[in-house]
Amino acid sequence: MSHDDTMQITVRVWRQPGPAAGGALVSYDVPGVSPEMSFLEMLDVLNERLTERGELPIAFDHDCREGICGMCGLMINGVAHGPEKATTTCQLHMRSFRNGDVITVEPWRATAFPVLADLVVDRRALDRIIASGGFISAPTGGAPDGNAIPVPKPAADQAMDAAACIGCGACVAACPNGSASLFTAAKISHLGLLPQGQAERFRRALSMVQQMDLEHFGSCTLYGECQEACPKEISIDTITRMNGDFLRAAAQPPVREAATGSI
Amino acid sequence: MHRLAAFWESSVGKKAVMAVTGIVGVLFVIGHMVGNLQVFQGAERLNAYGHLLHGPLNELIWGARVVLLVAVVLHMVAAWQLTMRSRAARPVPYAVRTPQVSTLASRTLRWGGVLLLAFLVYHLLDLTIGAVNPAFEEGNVYGNLLGSLQRPLIAVFYIVAMGALALHLYHGAWSSLRTLGVAPESPSPLKRRVAVAIAVIVAVGFAVVPVAVILGIVR
Repeated sequence: MSHDDTMQITVRVWRQPGPAAGGALVSYDVPGVSPEMSFLEMLDVLNERLTERGELPIAFDHDCREGICGMCGLMINGVAHGPEKATTTCQLHMRSFRNGDVITVEPWRATAFPVLADLVVDRRALDRIIASGGFISAPTGGAPDGNAIPVPKPAADQAMDAAACIGCGACVAACPNGSASLFTAAKISHLGLLPQGQAERFRRALSMVQQMDLEHFGSCTLYGECQEACPKEISIDTITRMNGDFLRAAAQPPVREAATGSI
Repeated sequence: MHRLAAFWESSVGKKAVMAVTGIVGVLFVIGHMVGNLQVFQGAERLNAYGHLLHGPLNELIWGARVVLLVAVVLHMVAAWQLTMRSRAARPVPYAVRTPQVSTLASRTLRWGGVLLLAFLVYHLLDLTIGAVNPAFEEGNVYGNLLGSLQRPLIAVFYIVAMGALALHLYHGAWSSLRTLGVAPESPSPLKRRVAVAIAVIVAVGFAVVPVAVILGIVR
């Protein structure tokens, strides 16, 4: 690539040394940005220069850089994962911006996602929602044959769509209420649509919604921002399903059960 | 009782309460709007309708009033509590926030609700109790309506309030069925044809009355 193709951009990045420290947006000029760089590669280049100048590099989360692990996630110009639809931050490229752009980069903002440093937030609240009910109970032993349990094709498709959730937290970040409804609903739908998930279907809806509330996520107003921000394009139809399962569960008499083994 | 408390405590439970009470409200405003249109059939017809409601159907009206009062109170309390939770869920705002698909109706839902509450209180004082209506005369529905709406400022207030009602219904009539988990799945779940129709028909149906009074069509 010729030198003329490079861009000069300015990033305004949230800098915060630690969880309890105060933070502020700091501007950095980044010359020599190739349009073929990913957004995170642009930050890598900036970090290299900061390190050379003896400054602390910008902390941000990332892992696979293939859009499948769910580690990365930045609020870019007020849009979760930036301007491209169905794209994680790592898969966003600088060609989506123009020479001279000023780009504001902030961490996910939510009470349930405390900032650890700069752009890194603690998303373990999502793990605790999963732990509260995002599983099925199955006897251990040899793996059953894949075709032993018939699954209707539409249910398999919908469950697969919901299972595409990578747990990045963009839904929470994009929601004006800071709600984790799309995440929780995706997990509830992915298991609740399948025969293997029926045994705990209603208890799961109750537990996961309760955990979501306990983690201080906001409630759902159905703004639709989560669906738009989701890099896996998970539909708010899953939220309808979660609500339906929760309400049916709430209407059922509670089941007494032993913690383990038989009663 | 414990289960009911747990239901009310959960965000989805509170939303379900808002959805059910909201649907009660939607059904009420549709009925109220249709009843109002009798103003175009003249004073006698409208006053006869008023006498029907407050005479033979009196018990029914009081039953409806109790249901509506309970619905409004529950709707407001749940909205307030959920709003406080949502505020607490994001104490640090974004420096830059660019809404993508959320509608004006959804973003103004809370303040629109406050405006509708103010309207509701004024409207009851104006045409049910008569405290703020100089021309008020018990039983003269048509005369009371003219006395109120012939003041241009009041008519404009009524029309603006119906704009707020349209926005509230546009979001609420659509989202309530999703909150209750009964909306059918859709390839484009943010589309809402039925809610648009309800919002426009109800708001226009109400607003034509003050418009007609200002224009002198109803006098």
